[in-house]
Amino acid sequence: MSLQRMTRGSGAGCNKMAEIMFWEAVRRAHDEELANDPMVLVMGEDVGVVGGTYKATLGLYDKYGEDRVIDTPISENGFTGLGIGASFVGVRPIIEIMSVNFAWLAMDQIFNTAAKVRYMSGGQLEAPVVIRSPGGTAHQLGSQHSARMEKVFMGIAGLRVATPSNPRQAYGLLKSAVRCNDPVIIYEHELMYNMKGEVPEQEYFHPLEGSEIVRPGRDVTLFGYNISVHWCLQAADLLSSHHGIEAEVIDLYALSPLDRAGIRDSVTRTHRAVIVEEAEPMVGVGAEVMAIINEECFFELDAAPVRVSALNMPIPYNHSLEKAVLPDANDVVEAVRGMFGV
Amino acid sequence: MKVADKKRLLREMLFARRFEERCYESYVERNIGGFLHLYSGEEACAHGVLEAADFDNDYVITSYRDHIHAIKWGADPRKVMAELYAKETGVSKGRGGSMHLFDVNNRFMGGYALVGGPFPLAAGIAKAIQMKRGKEISICFLGDAANNQGTFHESLNMAKLWNLPVLYVCENNLYGIGTRIDRSTAVVDQYKRVSAYNIPSAQEDGQDVEKVYKAATKAIKHVRSGKGPYFLELMTYRYRGHSMSDSNAYRARAEERMWSKRDPIIMLRDRLIENGQLTKKEYTEMDTEILDQIENEVIAYANESPEPHVSEVGRYVLAENDPWVRGGVQ
Repeated sequence: MSLQRMTRGSGAGCNKMAEIMFWEAVRRAHDEELANDPMVLVMGEDVGVVGGTYKATLGLYDKYGEDRVIDTPISENGFTGLGIGASFVGVRPIIEIMSVNFAWLAMDQIFNTAAKVRYMSGGQLEAPVVIRSPGGTAHQLGSQHSARMEKVFMGIAGLRVATPSNPRQAYGLLKSAVRCNDPVIIYEHELMYNMKGEVPEQEYFHPLEGSEIVRPGRDVTLFGYNISVHWCLQAADLLSSHHGIEAEVIDLYALSPLDRAGIRDSVTRTHRAVIVEEAEPMVGVGAEVMAIINEECFFELDAAPVRVSALNMPIPYNHSLEKAVLPDANDVVEAVRGMFGV
Repeated sequence: MKVADKKRLLREMLFARRFEERCYESYVERNIGGFLHLYSGEEACAHGVLEAADFDNDYVITSYRDHIHAIKWGADPRKVMAELYAKETGVSKGRGGSMHLFDVNNRFMGGYALVGGPFPLAAGIAKAIQMKRGKEISICFLGDAANNQGTFHESLNMAKLWNLPVLYVCENNLYGIGTRIDRSTAVVDQYKRVSAYNIPSAQEDGQDVEKVYKAATKAIKHVRSGKGPYFLELMTYRYRGHSMSDSNAYRARAEERMWSKRDPIIMLRDRLIENGQLTKKEYTEMDTEILDQIENEVIAYANESPEPHVSEVGRYVLAENDPWVRGGVQ
């Protein structure tokens, strides 16, 4: 069954909407979940007194106290493991890893414990933790603060991976992730915290599986997630106005499990696919979506699918070099033009 | 400790020894696969510490050398053996194996195969206890070599920072796989290392179950009273190699002979006999009973149990029918 849905209307129901910033949406989800369940806690570097590097927990330390909004030492593997251990016995931790680059240090506990404990205990134990982390390539942060780690998390059975492309998803995905009994990685893009968008005023839970059609179209499907959804939308407008090509844009907010049926349904409509990812191409979202297309609907294709990715190299500091490594909307337009020979 | 309790502990430790030695045979017979880490020689550590703990409330977590901790904390030995035999009736339904025994109903929170992995998990369990204002404690058993992992330092720091009710028990068997402690570790006395985190600690003879019990009673009293973590180092020795794939060629035979004279079971047995509290005949009968029990109940159960259905291979990867996956829609 496909959980694919149209963004406008259906995903958010008919509730009244409020326009807020992405960070405010994340903060609101934290606040509501802390208020809802005394066993929910937030932990991470600077989430307490400071209120989070991106203000995701602003004011919550004063509201819920230091035992539930916990400033941790800079010990990523240690505090992630501590959160996982607490989740074994009824606590529901939201663990913030300040930058996804640091999640490599916590990979032992994420990979070896959280993802595997349900299986290796024969279903006796589960690790209902949320691990939130800002990532992606922001401006000139250099090689060690520009990681795009979605492909790493996606490759681990036993985890769910979600990544919001707007404030509504940022709010609703976190709400569902806190209540879900699986370990959920929520990967937020660092350049999106000040983005504004509509969020339902009523409580809203976003599904952790599925995909969203953010722009319907008949000629080609552009698959994106978090920031690349916006590149796809820009490209779709340019393709429509300059070339008369109507692109469908699919938001893969759930990276694991991927929405196989949604991918199949869209490619069956458009017969062409371009996958747009901020990460390097190797072993990534593009490769995975292409494999799904091959497996699900190869004979629907009118052209070989194309991926638009970053170059396979560390991220440079120099602005021009950094820009040269990363894809953008123009690269998406060029990829589609190449596909149509226009 | 009462005489009856000492005799029960003797029986439990002898059972543990016979159980582990039978595992060795089963491994050679190829009824047990994968890795197998035996506890022979270290029995007084788990038994002495856990005898002092609250069986109905405390949590226990440990490494891959976990059979005896699981059994002492209430796991049915038949189901432990069935797990080693990869059967559906095993404590972890045949999905875990020797290194991943779990018995969550008895608060045995698992055996973990990454050296040092349980340090933060134990602190997390303690954090949960603290949030619930419980009187129970979290007890973590790990070997000396785990103390060279970052998780040791990260977890001790947080445990003391937040005064978490966790007891760390270091079973110091002097070797990290095949490397002797003084060749891997700058400070060989492990109890000294935790002073950097202002955590009280003690070093005790891990071969004498009565001494272990006494030291653990003190340690547990400290942790349960809300004063924060405690670190107990027990000096012990494993008779077998690190695992079954270990040739055990790195240890001097003289060293092994020296430790075999300090066998935890023999020491307790002889003390009871000297004090007129046990006869040699009683001991021999006890041993025969245990061997029969292991063969007729434990091994028979493991042998006769069914394997998991291959059709169920995909269960337990993710939660089943979790409504929040659909945004709360049932």
